[in-house]
Amino acid sequence: MSLAGALLSGDVRALARAISLAEDRDPQATELVAELQPQTGKAFLVGLTGSPGTGKSTLADALVKVIRDRKQTVGVIAVDPSSPFTGGAVLGDRIRMSRHTLDKGVFIRSMGARGHLGGLAAATREAIHLLDAYGRDVILVETVGVGQSELEISTICDTVVLVLMPESGDAVQTIKAGILEIADVFVINKVDLGGAEKTRRLIQDAIALGPKQAWRPPIVLASAAKEEGIEPVWDAVLAHQAYLTESGALAARRQQRLKQEVVALVAERARDEARRMLDGDTAVGRRLRENRNGKLNPYALAEEVLGQRRPQGGN
Amino acid sequence: MPAQASTRKQAPETAKRWRVLTAKVGLDGHDRGVKVVSRALRDAGVEVIYAGLRQTPEMVVEAAIQEDVDAIGVSLHSGAHMTLIPRILELLKERNASDIVVFGGGIIPQDDADALKKMGVVEIFGPGTSLQAIIDFVNHGFKAA
Repeated sequence: MSLAGALLSGDVRALARAISLAEDRDPQATELVAELQPQTGKAFLVGLTGSPGTGKSTLADALVKVIRDRKQTVGVIAVDPSSPFTGGAVLGDRIRMSRHTLDKGVFIRSMGARGHLGGLAAATREAIHLLDAYGRDVILVETVGVGQSELEISTICDTVVLVLMPESGDAVQTIKAGILEIADVFVINKVDLGGAEKTRRLIQDAIALGPKQAWRPPIVLASAAKEEGIEPVWDAVLAHQAYLTESGALAARRQQRLKQEVVALVAERARDEARRMLDGDTAVGRRLRENRNGKLNPYALAEEVLGQRRPQGGN
Repeated sequence: MPAQASTRKQAPETAKRWRVLTAKVGLDGHDRGVKVVSRALRDAGVEVIYAGLRQTPEMVVEAAIQEDVDAIGVSLHSGAHMTLIPRILELLKERNASDIVVFGGGIIPQDDADALKKMGVVEIFGPGTSLQAIIDFVNHGFKAA
């Protein structure tokens, strides 16, 4: 049976293999995703993002429990950073979700970011498509621990959950641009630490100061480790899903997402091609390597690379 | 920047990476060794998925399949290695996944290590193993150097 056929028939190993092909940027993965494309678009895509140590994996674990209690199947993609020097990684998000390992309705995949910026891995989009085709009802995507500007998650998910914890910044932090703007649902996790109410007020003020929007992001207080407040978190996510569907914003979001995906694919190919050209036996590559005095103009070189691209592109 | 960093090669974004699942199987909580080995594998360029403590053979095999790993590294200090490790091999066979190699470490007497290797475990790293030996093992494609 073909890999696509095996994946569609529910073979876990085929799904896992297909994700590896995407991670290794194997051309077979591109063909596979294209072949499976008609089977996608059914899953509900939820992103979990936030700073390191706010409890994203623990919240994912607790949400998986709620989603399974409600008889839906789940795929989890958990991204952790890779070493910029060795490419190695320790992917530890699974530990928090151990209890779901033997549940056939849960598929968990850890991914190293492999040098990709923005909080995800280059293959995260493909992995989402593959899990979607595999028939998962809900796909949870957990980003690496992010700072203020890793916003890529908002371009690949229907609903973004931003996980905060008490004492994570004063009012100045909350008026800054970036991560707070992409949240569809705010979760203030670790409420048992105290100070959650103050954080809630700061976030609420920040939302109130913003432009009037049709969707006002709810703020939910929870303790993922104690499994308190998790049902309300999932209900808030579902409320956002209902809003997206009823308002027509879902179609607009998915349209936008398609555009972003095309841009990302073009950028990836162009980057690879530029590297190949600069490393290869080309006029521009030789000039770069022969440059000893640092006098070369990067803008001129970039123009040269773009000018030398084969008109048809491709491999 | 540390002095050695400049001599390190930048990791290409697209290269194929070895993936290894590490886990503590059974009921002992001695996880220092498996964490040190996980870190060493990371420094050898491996993507290590650490599954944590108190894993059953069933959980290890299921996680290894979902994560599509090349190898499973199990650590045991409980004395249950002659029960749990063969069970992992058996489950891999049942799942048609015997291409995933299994190696181990912890407190495993030499006779048992020999017996496990006969069953198909590729290597057992006992106390005193250097991290370099483990890294060499990875660089040899998960075969004893």
